[in-house]
Amino acid sequence: MIQIKDLHKSYKMGSNSLHVLKGINFNVEEGELVSIMGSSGSGKSTLLNILGMLDEADEGSYTLDGVPIKNLNERVAAKYRNKFLGFIFQSFNLINYKSALDNVALPLYYQKMPRKERMDRAFHYLEKVGLAEWSHHLPSELSGGQKQRVAIARALASDPKVLLADEPTGALDSKTSHEVMELIQGINDEGKTILIVTHEPDIAQMTKRIVNLKDGIIIDDHKVEQIRASQYV
Amino acid sequence: MFDIERWQEVFETLSKNKLRTALTCISVASGIFILIVLLGFSSGIQNGVKDQFSSDATNKLSIRTRSTTKGYKGLNPGRNIQLKMEDFIDVSRNYDDYLEYRSGNYSIWGSLINYKNESGNFRVQGVMPDFQFIENADISEGRFLNESDINEAKKVIVVGNKVKTELFKGKSPLGEYVSIYGIQFKVIGVFFDPGGEREESNVYIPVTSAQKAFNGGDRVRDMAFTVPMSGSLNEALELSEDLVAGIEYDLKQKYIIAPDDIAAIRVDNTLEEAKKIYSLVDIIRAVFWFVGIGTIIAGVVGVGNIMIIIVKERTKEIGIRKALGAQPLSIIGMILQESIFVTMFSGLFGLIAGLGLLELVGPTIDNDFIKYPQVDFNTALTTVFILVIAGTFAGFLPAYRAAKIKPIIALRDE
Repeated sequence: MIQIKDLHKSYKMGSNSLHVLKGINFNVEEGELVSIMGSSGSGKSTLLNILGMLDEADEGSYTLDGVPIKNLNERVAAKYRNKFLGFIFQSFNLINYKSALDNVALPLYYQKMPRKERMDRAFHYLEKVGLAEWSHHLPSELSGGQKQRVAIARALASDPKVLLADEPTGALDSKTSHEVMELIQGINDEGKTILIVTHEPDIAQMTKRIVNLKDGIIIDDHKVEQIRASQYV
Repeated sequence: MFDIERWQEVFETLSKNKLRTALTCISVASGIFILIVLLGFSSGIQNGVKDQFSSDATNKLSIRTRSTTKGYKGLNPGRNIQLKMEDFIDVSRNYDDYLEYRSGNYSIWGSLINYKNESGNFRVQGVMPDFQFIENADISEGRFLNESDINEAKKVIVVGNKVKTELFKGKSPLGEYVSIYGIQFKVIGVFFDPGGEREESNVYIPVTSAQKAFNGGDRVRDMAFTVPMSGSLNEALELSEDLVAGIEYDLKQKYIIAPDDIAAIRVDNTLEEAKKIYSLVDIIRAVFWFVGIGTIIAGVVGVGNIMIIIVKERTKEIGIRKALGAQPLSIIGMILQESIFVTMFSGLFGLIAGLGLLELVGPTIDNDFIKYPQVDFNTALTTVFILVIAGTFAGFLPAYRAAKIKPIIALRDE
């Protein structure tokens, strides 16, 4: 699903150049649930941004579902993001003046899907994350865990190839974190490829594979025995 | 533009920020309101000035003579120049093609007019039939003088409305006799004049009768003409100036007057005066437009300013939208539409308020120089057009900024 070869990225900080990614090679197969770990400054967020086409690599190749991601202009990048990727953020990033249902429907709006169909589909995904009766509430009326579940529904709405989650449990207490992870595991069980950036080892243990980053290179990449989140709930 | 979803977005964001929206609306609405009121008053001034001139025909030329002030060809200064009927006939004949109405006049300034026991001091003018049109007089009863009155030097008189009220106490004076210096004249008509009371206290008698009755011989006190108003005001003005120069030259030749003697022959060219006043009105109009447009610009800059703040405030939201697949164009469209909508809505509000005020206050204004202040449909349309342009301008920079927002920066957690 994802092939990355020799990826380099550096940022200019005044006259100095900060080399953040120093040659990353890794592949993700369809249906995998991968966690990317590392301390802050290890380059894990930069890697996720490049995977999410929010940023572009200086060197190396990135292929997503057979499509080379290179030299994208803004319009094409926007189109690919909409088609291939679903984002889940630490701070949820819901639009605060739109109802849960409208938030979930937003990616579909940018696909120019007719309103009726869009709303049906958004409602279906809200049902899937268990928030059907909250569909007309604003994000400010929802708890942190509910907000993240709305965000997950939104990420799923456009039926993307890959879900990218940046510290999805970072702003949640451990009970809600486990609920969210249970949901993510359930989605993965249905065959969706998911990448999670985290620095919490117990969250990483709930995935199927852990990639460890340090100072811009992968120091460790191994499969793990998945711990089901349901046993904590 | 016609996307319902987009409109919903616009209304949602505007209603979410009621105070901000209201303040923006007020700044634009007041700009348009002021522009409309200013334009209304400039047209009011124009109407007022036009009215001032309508007491006489705008294209009137009148020629009178006085004493020379300069010696010329051995003749002393101080020589009195007296026009004769033949001069009038010469001018009429020589410049026939360039004259519309013409009248050679012999007036007696203040004269006591008696009717039974009533009497009053009025200005008696001996005139020709065309004088009615030169003076813009409107006949309300009877008729004006005609050719046969002139040819037969009939003792008939046309009186102004003021004379009618003063001497006849409002009764119809037709067929009554009045006497001027003991000579009886039969009233054949009453006239109104847009010049008001001053002009309505005139009385007109045939020029020939005036000459006969009051020792005029074949002397003429003044000659009045109008030039045809074909083409533009400027063309007519040019024609009238050429005409004045020609007539002046002929008369100076004939009476041996120094070419640079400006006092001996006086020509009043109403058109020239009118032109001066009209260009003044044009300047006032231009100043009003300038002030109005300035106010609109201030309003539009206000909108632009607020849109920049909106974009800044919504940076994160725009970043989210982009991450979810919003095209840069759709972001630009969203911001532009919002700004155009705000300027249009509040601008139209100001437009209607301004028109309403003019409609309400306009008729109550009673001033010689401001009459019927109003804004015509085309001007209103122009301001609406300006609004759309202004809204686009106001929205463009913020929209461009919004489109440039990088989702990665917008989404960074603080």
